[in-house]
Amino acid sequence: MPDEGVRLTVNGRELEAAAGEMLIAVTDRAGIYVPRFCYHPKLSVAANCRMCLVDVAGAPKPMPACALPVTEGLEVETRSDRAIAAQRATMEFLLINHPLDCPVCDQGGECELQDLAMGFGRDISRFTEGKRAVPDPDLGPLVSTDMTRCIHCTRCIRFGEEVAGVQELGATGRSEHMEITTHVERSLKHELSGNVIDVCPVGALNNKPYRFTARAWEMSAHATVASHDCVGSALYAHVLRGRVRRIVPRENEAVNETWISDRDRFSCEGLYVEERLHKPLVRRDGRLMEVGWEEALAAAAAGLMRVAEEHGGEGLGTLVSPSATAEEGYLLRKLMSALGSANIEYRLRQRDFRSAATAADAPWLGTRFCEVESLDSLLLVGCDLRSEAPILAHRVRKAAMAGARVSYLDLAEREYLHPIGTRSVQPPRDWARALGPLAGRALKGRRRALWLGGLAVRHPAYGELLEAAAEAAAGAVLGHVTQGGNAAGLHLAGVIPGPADGNGAAGLNADRMSRVTLAGMVLMGVEPDLDCAAGAHEAIGGAGFLLALNPWVSPWLLSHADVLLPTATSLESSGTLVNGQMDWQSFAAAAPPPGMARPAWKVLRALADRLSLEGFGYADTDQVLAELRQRIERPAAASASTSHGASIDSRSLDDEEFATLELPMYSVDGLVRRSAPLQQAAAVQRAA
Amino acid sequence: MDLVHVCMPPPDAERPWRLESYEGRGGYRVWRKVLAGELDAGQILETVKASGLRGRGGAGFPTGLKWSFMPGDCEQPTYLVCNSDESEPGTCHDRDILRYNPHVLIEGMALAAYAMGATVSYNYIRGEFLGEPVPRFLDALDEARAAGLIGRGLGAAGIDFELHPFVGAGAYICGEETGLLESLEGKPGKPRFKPPFPAQSGLYGRPTTVNNTQTLACVPAIVEKGAEWFKSLGPPNSAGTMIYSVSGHVERPGNYEAPLGVSFNELLEHAGGVWKGRKLKAVIPGGSSVPVLPAAIIRECTMDYDSLSEAGSALGTGAMIVMDDRTCMVSVLRRIARFYYAESCGQCTPCREGTGWLYRMLTRMLEGRAKVSDLDLLLSVANNIEGHTICALGDAAAWPVQSFLKHFRGEFEEKIRSSRPLARRKEAAYA
Repeated sequence: MPDEGVRLTVNGRELEAAAGEMLIAVTDRAGIYVPRFCYHPKLSVAANCRMCLVDVAGAPKPMPACALPVTEGLEVETRSDRAIAAQRATMEFLLINHPLDCPVCDQGGECELQDLAMGFGRDISRFTEGKRAVPDPDLGPLVSTDMTRCIHCTRCIRFGEEVAGVQELGATGRSEHMEITTHVERSLKHELSGNVIDVCPVGALNNKPYRFTARAWEMSAHATVASHDCVGSALYAHVLRGRVRRIVPRENEAVNETWISDRDRFSCEGLYVEERLHKPLVRRDGRLMEVGWEEALAAAAAGLMRVAEEHGGEGLGTLVSPSATAEEGYLLRKLMSALGSANIEYRLRQRDFRSAATAADAPWLGTRFCEVESLDSLLLVGCDLRSEAPILAHRVRKAAMAGARVSYLDLAEREYLHPIGTRSVQPPRDWARALGPLAGRALKGRRRALWLGGLAVRHPAYGELLEAAAEAAAGAVLGHVTQGGNAAGLHLAGVIPGPADGNGAAGLNADRMSRVTLAGMVLMGVEPDLDCAAGAHEAIGGAGFLLALNPWVSPWLLSHADVLLPTATSLESSGTLVNGQMDWQSFAAAAPPPGMARPAWKVLRALADRLSLEGFGYADTDQVLAELRQRIERPAAASASTSHGASIDSRSLDDEEFATLELPMYSVDGLVRRSAPLQQAAAVQRAA
Repeated sequence: MDLVHVCMPPPDAERPWRLESYEGRGGYRVWRKVLAGELDAGQILETVKASGLRGRGGAGFPTGLKWSFMPGDCEQPTYLVCNSDESEPGTCHDRDILRYNPHVLIEGMALAAYAMGATVSYNYIRGEFLGEPVPRFLDALDEARAAGLIGRGLGAAGIDFELHPFVGAGAYICGEETGLLESLEGKPGKPRFKPPFPAQSGLYGRPTTVNNTQTLACVPAIVEKGAEWFKSLGPPNSAGTMIYSVSGHVERPGNYEAPLGVSFNELLEHAGGVWKGRKLKAVIPGGSSVPVLPAAIIRECTMDYDSLSEAGSALGTGAMIVMDDRTCMVSVLRRIARFYYAESCGQCTPCREGTGWLYRMLTRMLEGRAKVSDLDLLLSVANNIEGHTICALGDAAAWPVQSFLKHFRGEFEEKIRSSRPLARRKEAAYA
């Protein structure tokens, strides 16, 4: 409680609060419910719905609780006759022009208006005039509109102005002709715009791909974690009859507050697509045949054994998706080590591993997400933050709006929706040399941070850049906006080249594996033509034996894989992801994988069994995680250094080496790439 | 009681809007005293406080008290905003001040701004005034600027006083002070929730005072002739004069400036009485928002704050709408309801939804599609709007309904019973 505490009385109960707090926040904390529509704890006060009118002693008329700063001695009745009469009056006005089409409205069953109408509405309407009808603007592939249902609370407008930072929706017209719309009809483009679905208290703005697929009360909600970026947003997957029907945010103030990115919300549309792999496939006489698990596992084990026997473990290479769970990564690492292979990697798009620094501790942001908001200055190096980690970009925006100096060094202008300190647009080959002088100008104040993003990691002379960044940071926090949903977790699980025990030969990193053709390759959640550095798939595809564990087929996999094992996505498997602030976030499977697909950790367990390997008898992922965490807590004997001497000088590189630094927001992994709504949204953005 | 001229120029003045005419009748004497350093801000504030001047925009809030809410010694900028967005139906006195006496407004604004320590002021002028009032005011600004009465470092005292004109786009709601500030900032004119009040956080978040045109036009005379003189013009609680805009069924509609407390009957005489020799039926005494009074009651009233308030209405803007005995009160109320329905900003629920409902019910009553029990519903809806909205527009929509039903319910019932549905007549569309 701050120093200036005040005492007030609500419904006869004495409460304490900070002076100037709004009454509704105080009553919410005390568990006294005041009905509301326009109030939202994360948005500014609008006081326009008039649903939260309460009876204040001494006031001539009822006052809105959302806009009433509490003062010493305030006396409030939230359930007095006057308060209830005012609330009922507002409810009647809200309903007269509302279509009351709840039976065909997706919001039905989870609608704030419907819920409150039960408490405050009349049984029979007194309104006998014609109702208003409002045209529906087309907001693009993600958000559906039924604007006749709109109650004009303006939460969506305030979300745009205050959270997203761009006013995509606004109000036109006045009186009862006021409409919420885009001023000029166009799609919502902001990467957080799907959150208007959640802030809308009625069925006016809804989830377009999910439209008419289920009723809220039929589904079960399963807590899970987003896997597409280093934020690891908390989610609920809503499941009906064994299928994930939609994703909604789960509140976690320390991670995603109440927001999620469109990528996390709509990627689930890629789960049940035609390319989903339902049965194991094994290549016979050059053709892939559908087989049972027994046969498939036998074929996989035989293929691996053959390579190990003929070429030794060095002949085997393994690539793991940076969004695989820690348990999956750990088990695959353990399995490959048992076969004698040290060639394992999750940093699929990184090309330069030459600096010793690249293989140091697990990469993370270097700071808690909430602390980002109190930074004094931040320099983003090769980081398209809004695309790489939209929720993190929102935190940075909050810092910038509070006065932090946010600067960037990048190859193109980036549209940030907040003031920018220094924009430095340079060809990537000059970044390392530009960094020092730029950091001097950009990093000011006590709390400073320098973050390296995806473009930096994909830089052909990343080592040189990293060393320059370490030097330029000069006391500022040096952070990594890591790629995928589990970079830190996989790093800690040992999914990096080198022997598991730290002795013996160094393994091959992703760059080396993209240059030499190995006798055998194992891919987990990786589609080499899309997930790896440009051109890497040619070497990978040349492997004598190629085993892929993947939820989907792709043309490349179909033409190159010898054994394709159908696995679960992270929504369909239990597991753990470690996010950019080093939170270990474990979750259970939200839905079963379709067909014969199985969680990868179970597939690996079975495969180890076929290979007669000891120590894979886990009952669940908790046991795998416990073993992993125990190993980490021991002082790391493994110095996973794969240093190959001095770093490259970027000045010596050809132009084409720099051609593939950009990675579009909706191309980061297989699930996102298969979500039709996200691909349509990407097309809309490209067209703009 | 005779007509007097505090805000309006004397009727015989030639081209009274010109600077030389204004100065010829003693104009800018007070402001020049200020510029010479002979009058300080505290004296002006105290005089206005003591004069009992009340806001002429409708609410009648004591002006000096409002000025004293401005934080003293605070960082600049702070603002004075003049509200010339005169849109209350029946009201046209600010228009005539801008047309015939723009310099008294400029001097009043200069004195007010100086008294409150504001160096920048705006005059928000109604969009429909583009024809005559706006050019007159702009010309007056040029004259005053050329004469060294507006600008930076003025006079021996080196006073800063900037005055920027701003022409609105014709929305009634922009006459509400916080709606006006929103509009002045370039946003849609949607009133802000108070608190914070403009004196704490007004234009661009800075301390701001918004005053009506006529209020500010009173200031030069008050400062020159003193608080006692001003007070003595009217009865207790109603100091000074008012420009009464008399409209409706009278022989000579127009603006009549008279001391507050003038009797209704006398004022009606000035306007030539009820037209065509008909009888008086009812009067809306202060612009369409205030409750209507039937002839028997208004005949007994004097036109000041207390008398009209005791009679169950309000002085409002002093715009008197006179209705003769052939007037259909249902039609009048429907026309008033249509105005509030069209002018609601749409921001808060009771007003956005309720004003249209009122209008539609009244339309049905005129078209023979209503029941007598609908009158209870009409009153209930008006009661549900009143006191539940962000700004006073909701109240302004409710009060006419309540007062018309209070005084003329019988006529409404008769109208409902006698109206026959018109074949295939469509509900009059809101244009």
